Amino acid sequence: MLETIWFLLWGVLWAVYFMLDGFDLGLGTLMPVVAKTDTERRLVYHVMGPFWDGNEVWLITAGGVTFAAFPTTYATMFSGLYSALMLILFALIVRGVSFAFRDEVNSPRWKCVWDTCLVVGSFLPALLLGVAFANIFHGLPIDKDGIYQGTLFTLLNPYGLAGGILFVLLFLVHGALWLAVKTSGDLHDRAAKLLPKLWAVLLVMAVIFLLATRRATFLYDNYLANPALFLILAVTVAALVMIRIYIAKGSWWRAWFASCVTIVGTTLFGVVGLYPKLLPSSIDPAFSLTAFNSSSSPLTLKIMLAVALTFVPIVIAYQAWVHHVFRHKSGEEDLEHEEGY
Amino acid sequence: MDVLMLSRLQFAVATFFHFIFVPLTLGLSILIAIMETKFVRTGDEEYRRLAKFWGKIFIINFAVGVVTGITLEFQFGTNWSRYSRYVGDIFGSILAIEATLAFFLESTFLAVWIFGWKRLSPKLHCLAIWLVAFAANLSALWILMANAWMQHPVGYTLRNGRAELTDFLAVVTQPLGFQIYFHTLSGAYILAGFFVMGVSAYHLLRKQHVAFFTKSLRMGLAFALIFSLAEVVQGHIHGAEVAKIQPSKLAAMEALWDTQANAPQTLFLIPDEKNERNLVEFGKIPGALSMLAYHSTGATVKGLKDIPKEERPPVALTFIAFRVMVGLGFFFALVTVIAWLKRNKLADSPRLLKLFLYSIPLPYIALQAGWIVTEVGRQPWIVWGLMKTKDAVSPIAASQVGVSLAAFIVAYSLLGATAFYLIAKHVRRGPEPVRGEG
Repeated sequence: MLETIWFLLWGVLWAVYFMLDGFDLGLGTLMPVVAKTDTERRLVYHVMGPFWDGNEVWLITAGGVTFAAFPTTYATMFSGLYSALMLILFALIVRGVSFAFRDEVNSPRWKCVWDTCLVVGSFLPALLLGVAFANIFHGLPIDKDGIYQGTLFTLLNPYGLAGGILFVLLFLVHGALWLAVKTSGDLHDRAAKLLPKLWAVLLVMAVIFLLATRRATFLYDNYLANPALFLILAVTVAALVMIRIYIAKGSWWRAWFASCVTIVGTTLFGVVGLYPKLLPSSIDPAFSLTAFNSSSSPLTLKIMLAVALTFVPIVIAYQAWVHHVFRHKSGEEDLEHEEGY
Repeated sequence: MDVLMLSRLQFAVATFFHFIFVPLTLGLSILIAIMETKFVRTGDEEYRRLAKFWGKIFIINFAVGVVTGITLEFQFGTNWSRYSRYVGDIFGSILAIEATLAFFLESTFLAVWIFGWKRLSPKLHCLAIWLVAFAANLSALWILMANAWMQHPVGYTLRNGRAELTDFLAVVTQPLGFQIYFHTLSGAYILAGFFVMGVSAYHLLRKQHVAFFTKSLRMGLAFALIFSLAEVVQGHIHGAEVAKIQPSKLAAMEALWDTQANAPQTLFLIPDEKNERNLVEFGKIPGALSMLAYHSTGATVKGLKDIPKEERPPVALTFIAFRVMVGLGFFFALVTVIAWLKRNKLADSPRLLKLFLYSIPLPYIALQAGWIVTEVGRQPWIVWGLMKTKDAVSPIAASQVGVSLAAFIVAYSLLGATAFYLIAKHVRRGPEPVRGEG
């Protein structure tokens, strides 16, 4: 029971991470397309500024919880996906510092370096996290000792890449919606103009991914065994459709919330399909790491549950408050040094 | 080189680099919070400018600290998967708790502080930086409790081929953990104090922004003085704790080969590890080591020869790092006491100001040396007495680690150089002009 609760919490933490960091990873990737002038680029940074770091801590927590609740899975996943994780890490490093460094020197060349870091540092994690999760859904070559027997290129199979592209598109839509919510004027208009196209591509990719999932993974087994679970998929698809409806109405906040639901739903669709496996083995299902054979002791799970149930709501409360404090649209007048790095 | 050596090097690079940036944030956040509190209380605009000037340095340091901190968390899984599997039940949960309780708070409210100057009331804005300071120091507590468990595992049982938690409170309240915490924290505060003193001295030497930097110089000095003195006392208590728990570390710190009662403290020696002796030794104070370690001149101190060769830490490195740390520790106490006695004439004593300026790197060296003593002195164990470092490494290809290590060295060098350049640039530019003067 404890293991099942933690399995779900593990999935929820990743889902929340993708939902939150998703908008700044997407917007960072999108920056060269929507922002034409230096002022516009500064605005793009500005609408992510108060949030990106708090968002990224969800990744650290998701990683930490994997370590704490499922140490054997953490060990196999992080050592097995070594090169992919290192790439994500370096990308997050250059992205993170670009926020603090970019406007410290007033030279176009300097800014261009950090803008490039932001774009690459946003795109790569989005892509690779998608590749990693699709490969987890698909199963990894894990032997009987829980050791990964593939390479970085094992991950770059068609289904893995489809997952990567799906994540990038989900985040692009999410980021474009954030920009539409947070700005007015040219930036807003460009995001608004781009969104229907991005959404259409996302829809196509989502359909391809769902069909490919049928062929490449066992995820649907849980759903067929318990059809009520299809509700998750139904909500996710409905939310995806609602994004388009709200875009058409110009209700940007609502469209962004629908996008949140879509991202959380997509993650949970995979996680629920995986249950109870955390890392399915493609060599032999018996070698799979599950919530039961890779978890921590019941005492640790209980203590961690108490900590999580007490403090995660507090974190959510103060992060929501921060969103409330910085709920305004950003304009040029906000770019003076009183509000920013 | 094999996976083990490469992974150890990579961990060392990642930790050292991370630990260049983090210590300053621990103390500087408190100083900034005090500055802003003074602004809120007195309405004195200069304190607001002080908070902003030092805040910028904090932000650059914090940014590098954050991005390099993720590396450390990932590395336990990527490079030390056998260790992770073995200790995840205890060590992993402490890291997860750190993120949930402390790191969220610090990251979220730092952003509030940076972006909220106009959006929040002055009091609420000041609260944000206090929360950052609180969270930064709380974060260090959890991380060092996790480290203390590697030095001295408690509250566990060996079950299912791994260490499993039996007593959570024992793990998070063990005395060694608090010793390490206060020792590291005092070191970090000394570093912050000396940093603020040194940067303030830079401007005072040039007779610019005199009132502004006299204020921060005095704050930095008070901070450095208190914790330099505290560190001398606490360092001694900490050392006595290490003597009890990790006798081989103590023997390496002192390069003591033969077990003996009335063990001497040798002022100068050159250890010769190969031949299990010291090449040069002079300035022996009989019984001093026994006294320092066990509070009795007659106490027996274990020598390295009585510890199996395969369980001895590298002696020369541990020994030298320990001497450097202790030597610098006394230097900090001396400098700050002298400076305090002349506290009203500091702005007019270029010799002292120059000393402050050139002393900026010294606490950094002392902290890194301290870290070497702790971590190298723990070898060959990764978890004292339970697991050896060589058994902890991931079953991965050496080439993978070779590539990532090279990438880390390149990326971190660039990152370090950039951060240093930006901080130096900001320091030279000085505080923002007074509002209204544009």
